[in-house]
Amino acid sequence: MEAINLAGSTVGVLAEDGVILAGEKKTTSKLLDQAKQHEKLFQLDDTMFCAVAGITSDANILINRLRLTAQQHAYSFSECMPVEQLVTSICDLGGSVRGALGGDYKQGYTQFGGLRPFGVSFLVAGYDTHHGFQLYHTDPSGNFSGWKSYAIGVNNNTAMQIMRQDWKPGMKLQEALEPRHGKLSFWLRELTAKVLVKTMDTASPTAERLEFGIVYKTPEGQVKLRMLKDAEINKLMADATPKEGEEAAASAS
Amino acid sequence: MGTEAMFGLTGKDFVILAADGQAAYSIIRLKNDADKIWKVGNMLFACSGPPADTANFMEFIEKNVKLNELRTGIPMSTKAAASFTRNELAHALRKGPFQADLLIGGIDNEGPSLYFMDYLASSEKVNKAAHGYGAMFTLGLMDRYWKPDLTEAEAIDIIKKCIKELETRFIVDLPGFKCKIVSKEGTKDVTL
Repeated sequence: MEAINLAGSTVGVLAEDGVILAGEKKTTSKLLDQAKQHEKLFQLDDTMFCAVAGITSDANILINRLRLTAQQHAYSFSECMPVEQLVTSICDLGGSVRGALGGDYKQGYTQFGGLRPFGVSFLVAGYDTHHGFQLYHTDPSGNFSGWKSYAIGVNNNTAMQIMRQDWKPGMKLQEALEPRHGKLSFWLRELTAKVLVKTMDTASPTAERLEFGIVYKTPEGQVKLRMLKDAEINKLMADATPKEGEEAAASAS
Repeated sequence: MGTEAMFGLTGKDFVILAADGQAAYSIIRLKNDADKIWKVGNMLFACSGPPADTANFMEFIEKNVKLNELRTGIPMSTKAAASFTRNELAHALRKGPFQADLLIGGIDNEGPSLYFMDYLASSEKVNKAAHGYGAMFTLGLMDRYWKPDLTEAEAIDIIKKCIKELETRFIVDLPGFKCKIVSKEGTKDVTL
């Protein structure tokens, strides 16, 4: 749990027409090979992706498992796996119809074998025909629940507080991308000020430090999933910044 | 397998399946009112073959579909059930095959679906299908009389024509045909 609470902040928001996941990357350095840098957001399937907070190596195992489970389902049933089912599979005792597997997942690791739990929390976002757009949070105990908006990692409490005030039902993706961003960047600034990142220019959260992903429906009704490009991220953060200025001014006076 | 007759077709918003009622052991007819059409979830599975294999396989599929429904809280779609069933046949094929031929009928959001599946694990979504030697007689008739958006009455009429043809021309006398329909309202028996 400690590793997770110190991990780069990650936020998920459920809108009426899609879900967003955004995460702050902790490991940024001029020497890091950007092209291969996938630290926070991972695609699981055509309609689902997840954000990670915690021990990266543990996360990788679980992500592989999630991807495999999703494909095994599609193989057996010729249908995309429903989001909740995928989340349950990683939390419980393995979801295969053909019988339980040994070394059961998250929960199993808390009860059997003398092994340690996975030090990872996930935010899983996706779409299925049964429940539409969904957002789930899982923790090392194997517990999970569905959320309209959630934050994990550093300063998640602050983020949750802000979201509690600002999340409204019926928000659309565009809207969700903006005001929440305003808060996200505001809070990220606060967070980066708190977190010791000496090499970074803390005044401006840029695409280098952030990963954003969305799953949404096109006007034709097709479900699409994509990571926002650097330019889009920068624009969003830039748009959010003036609002920040007002808030800083408001709180200063 | 050959001397059993099973056939089915899709209607406007339903699927109709028919199967003979003969359960045989060598040259002895054990039963003339056997029910070979299984209710699996909210779908119908007609299964022919040696009773050992058909019962074993169908019970397995039936319970797995049920388990899936309980675990997920959602009824399985026909497409998913057909895919899962086909997978089971395929896995067993090169180990200990199930000698089961199936016709799977169900209603999904997209409308009625009928799947033809055989013991070699081939599977196709079709509008009309038949298994066994009886197929040689019934497929032609179904081709002649089927059209899109059949009403229940029209579909039952075609089934009756098929059975009459088998009675006339098939050397094996097949008694006790059972007929069932699956629609949005559920499954029901049809008295022919």
